[in-house]
Amino acid sequence: MLEQQRDYVLRTVEERGVRLIRLWFTDVLGNLKSFAISPAELENALEDGMTFDGSSIDGFSRVQESDVLAVPDANTFVMLPWADQKAPEARVFCDIHNLDGSPFGGDPRQVLRRNLERAQKLGLDFLIAPDIEFFYFAPPEPGQAPRPLDEASFFDLTTTDVTGTLRKETIRTLETMSIPVEYSFHEDAPSQHEIDLRHTDALTMADSVMTFRLVVKEVAAAQGVHATFMPKPLEGVQGSGMHLHLSLFDNEGNAFYSADDAYNLSDTAKKFMAGLLFHASEITAITNQTVNSYKRLVPGFEAPVHVSWARNNRSGLIRVPVPKRANPLATRIEYRSPDPACNPYLAFSVILAAGLRGIEQGYELPAEADANLFEMGDDALQKLGIEQLPQSLSDALRVMESSSLVHDALGEHIFEWFLRNKRSEWRGYKTQVTPFELNRYLRSI
Amino acid sequence: MDLIAVFPEPPPPDLARTLDLAGYRWKAFASADEVAKAEPAEGWMGAIVCADADIENAWAVCRALRKKDVLQVPLLLLVTGAQLDELTLRDELFDDFCLLPFHPRELEARLRHLFAFTAVSPRPDLVDYGELVLNLETYQASVGGQPLDLTYMEYELLKFLVQNPGKVFTREILLSRVWGYDYYGGARTVDVHIRRLRAKLGEEHANLIQTVRSVGYRFGQSRWGS
Repeated sequence: MLEQQRDYVLRTVEERGVRLIRLWFTDVLGNLKSFAISPAELENALEDGMTFDGSSIDGFSRVQESDVLAVPDANTFVMLPWADQKAPEARVFCDIHNLDGSPFGGDPRQVLRRNLERAQKLGLDFLIAPDIEFFYFAPPEPGQAPRPLDEASFFDLTTTDVTGTLRKETIRTLETMSIPVEYSFHEDAPSQHEIDLRHTDALTMADSVMTFRLVVKEVAAAQGVHATFMPKPLEGVQGSGMHLHLSLFDNEGNAFYSADDAYNLSDTAKKFMAGLLFHASEITAITNQTVNSYKRLVPGFEAPVHVSWARNNRSGLIRVPVPKRANPLATRIEYRSPDPACNPYLAFSVILAAGLRGIEQGYELPAEADANLFEMGDDALQKLGIEQLPQSLSDALRVMESSSLVHDALGEHIFEWFLRNKRSEWRGYKTQVTPFELNRYLRSI
Repeated sequence: MDLIAVFPEPPPPDLARTLDLAGYRWKAFASADEVAKAEPAEGWMGAIVCADADIENAWAVCRALRKKDVLQVPLLLLVTGAQLDELTLRDELFDDFCLLPFHPRELEARLRHLFAFTAVSPRPDLVDYGELVLNLETYQASVGGQPLDLTYMEYELLKFLVQNPGKVFTREILLSRVWGYDYYGGARTVDVHIRRLRAKLGEEHANLIQTVRSVGYRFGQSRWGS
């Protein structure tokens, strides 16, 4: 298998006259990293990997053990559709190894692999379909608020034309890169868009999310437009989320489906949901990793604030969508807190770990919360035993820090580095004096 | 060109004895990679793959032997009665087979027959269906003269479908015949790849791959013209 994949890649590079192969991987914070090699080096890279100095990558090596090995995953080889036709380029995702060949603890892709292998040992395949929201803005200027395209007047075309063309071109590019799109539409907020991807296995999906963010930005930039996945770029309108539709499949089919349940949810699905709800606060720092993420998780904007589930309640953390025509394959749950600024490898890892914990330890699913939680008072919520998600990055880090589940899912290297890095981000934020404070206090106090 | 590749290492003792008695030169290997690495410059005279203990690796060896060259290595497969179903839709991977436990004289006769045509026949390296063309030697696919950018598994799936037009396949069959067992997504992986292939074939050709409700998929027209 491996040998044939290698042959396929080498042969394609030769036949198509590929000039550069871009080796892609991801740092701990979810930034796409890349270095390019020539076709002459490719065979060697596929066989033995490419050594590079990891100390330059956020969250990778400490300086004294800085060299790591990038090993291309030949299965992810695709031609880059935006490269110059006369000098074709291709990309391939890499797994990062230590020089002795063992998986490198700082590589998010390896972390996800390890978690998926745990699921596979239980006979379960983890499938994900994300709905990704983002904004198109005029190119940002320092110190200026983002300008939605609707207000930017320098475009020759009308806004609808611009964003329509952008979206069409984005989808075409995604499809040529093996990322199938299910739906796309203009969201509620000005200049906000949503593209829903079709489900696939979690590793492919994490790769796809990385590719997706690059494609959206590249296509927009080519038209002089700035695309952003910032969770809450505009005050007062809806932020950008990345709702995740999750399911587990086993040999028999969809392990979340049961014909006997009113909501068609199997025991496995309920225990998975229970695990996800029970550990939701612990994993929030990973699924919502920026200071800005928590400005999205506030009442009134279709983003979840409370740890609850329901069938048809968009204020809940988990929604159970009603499939069209009771299709067993389509039974799934929707986890609504993550935002598109997360590292998908790590987010999928901790979500899976939380769900599997529920299955393995037989957690019991709390009662459905079908009322609009945004309209309920704190007392009423307390009576129902419904808690809130962490309210800030700082809160989220504090809960994560004492979570053995997150520690084990991420491994010591990333767990420790992430907490350290994010605490420093929080400190940087906390020391600021904001316009809010100046407006409110400067004159009155 | 008088050396026979044998899988596995060590081979079953009665196989080794039969080959020795018949005067064949042979060498045994434990994996597809080893066979590929040890291939003599002038190629193998033939190969004998014994599948009873480890059928997945046996198929890997068959594939490795078939992939490399345009010229085919005559390949005899040894299987148990319980493995006969595994042969379905893998006809391109072997030339003849023999049931285990084998009768030494039968095995000898089959080998003689197989090697009688060692003036090896060229493998067809172009497969086409309408405007779709696959070059098996270069791994390139094109539709209407335009190259298709495919991932390895998309290419393998398309190749399998184009080689078996008009037949209906379940997801499980496609998974076991195209993917082998190295995948993360289970049977849903097949749907995902079919969806990707349709997108890449473009609107005009997407209907080459048809969904057969509650069964699976079919490539091209049904033989019954429906």
